[in-house]
Amino acid sequence: MKGQRGNRVASRFRRPARYSALGLLRRGLTGADWPRSIRTHDLAASYDAVIVGAGVHGLATAHYLAANHGITNVAVLDKGYLGGGGSGRNTAIVRANYLTPEGVRFYDRSLQLYGSLAADLNFNVMFSRRGHLTLAHNDGALRTMRWRAEVNKLQGVDSEVVGPDEIERLAPCLDVSEHARYPILGALYHPPGGIVRHDAVNWAYARAADAAGVQIHQQTEVLGVDVTGGRVTGVTTSRGPVAAPVVVNCTAGWASLVSALAGVRLPIVTFPLQAAVTEPVKMFLHTVIVSGTLHIYVSQTDRGELVFGASVDPYPSYSMGGSLEFTEELAGHVLELAPSLARLRVLRQWAGLCDMTPDFSPIMGVTPVEGFYLDVGWGTYGFKAGPAAGEAMAELVATGKTPELIAAFDLARFPDGRLVGEKGAASVGH
Amino acid sequence: MILIPCPHCGPRNSDEFVWAGERARRPDPAATTTTPAEWRAYLYERVNPAGWTTETWYHRFGCRRYLVVERHTVTNEIRRCAPSRPAGSPEDGRP
Repeated sequence: MKGQRGNRVASRFRRPARYSALGLLRRGLTGADWPRSIRTHDLAASYDAVIVGAGVHGLATAHYLAANHGITNVAVLDKGYLGGGGSGRNTAIVRANYLTPEGVRFYDRSLQLYGSLAADLNFNVMFSRRGHLTLAHNDGALRTMRWRAEVNKLQGVDSEVVGPDEIERLAPCLDVSEHARYPILGALYHPPGGIVRHDAVNWAYARAADAAGVQIHQQTEVLGVDVTGGRVTGVTTSRGPVAAPVVVNCTAGWASLVSALAGVRLPIVTFPLQAAVTEPVKMFLHTVIVSGTLHIYVSQTDRGELVFGASVDPYPSYSMGGSLEFTEELAGHVLELAPSLARLRVLRQWAGLCDMTPDFSPIMGVTPVEGFYLDVGWGTYGFKAGPAAGEAMAELVATGKTPELIAAFDLARFPDGRLVGEKGAASVGH
Repeated sequence: MILIPCPHCGPRNSDEFVWAGERARRPDPAATTTTPAEWRAYLYERVNPAGWTTETWYHRFGCRRYLVVERHTVTNEIRRCAPSRPAGSPEDGRP
């Protein structure tokens, strides 16, 4: 019965209509329904590749497998719903102003892909390239900003250290006086950075992958990874077994648990990170503001809400509940930066799970289990990396060779002792 | 906020404590058979379970002692909090 229903939905489906102003006008006038953009399917007995996690990383990997390499017999499995984990809980900031050359190159590729994503996928992802300010409140932080600016420029990424006058011009709401508890001495200004509507990115990749023939299975939990003779042979799911020569772990929050199913231990500890959003007000903040010292980042959405993020909670947990301590500390730090926001009310707060690695860099690539690939350890920087990670993971799965762009981020760097210390990550105070 | 029942100070807000990490069996430093790979696995790899785990906490703004805490990482419930004992003693709590 369940199967019949799935088939009926699938057979009713037509190729997704291209979104356009003309299409909007026509459907607006005729009242015609938009066709479903994502189909439902019965779980097949086997696929060429199974991707665990239908977030931005899993969906991007599926999309680029189909678009760049012609591999479409792919299933994306998720125990919850599409984009319901970190991909829908982040603060939607994208940037490439990291500290290590490996990190800068990688995130810059992601920013390039984000730049053309709306056109490439025919989906408005609302990329607002509004610039990104990382504030320095002491000499040490200012030195790190200079360091990051020089590394960025060497990699062809637009970043520069600016002084309080320029900061005041870019963001007049900030208190740049010398009397603040944490005076703003300067900032790393990164014009290509900005915000993207994260749900739209998930939907765009899902729609494109689905149109190419990839099957997206929501409410399908992976309960086991089958390994025979050091090789992946498939997965056991809550809807039955699936055979596949390739399994890609694209989960965030559950990365350790899914990898443990394949017998792969990871250097990851999972921490919640809380965020909050205020009531909408008239647009006044035209850049993204980050303070490593105060552990906050702030941006204003196109709807006018202020989105606040913080550093990870002080102890690891899989709980996604909010805490009053967080709101209290956040409010204090925000008012430290911008006292004029005192009357603004917080609408809601939430938490997402961050898989923290010892060096604040992700883990991408092969594992000791043949056919079991990792795209995990995305800590506080997973959303902005989605497109580049998906592109690189698709290349790895299709060709079997690790792309140069992600070679430094392999799992073997831990036993080999070549960590990529990324002090440009959001949760790191400088 | 979670309450940690410190054996020396009584129940206290977790803000007073510092989480020091999952407890793991350290390879024998004197053994010549421990390989660098085993040391690095000890240094980096974590079980990171979604469920009961045994970890070390430090009561920074209290008794300033290290404690063994059994905590559920999904519900943050704590079922045991005891003084940390030297590695190898029966109560040290390491797996």
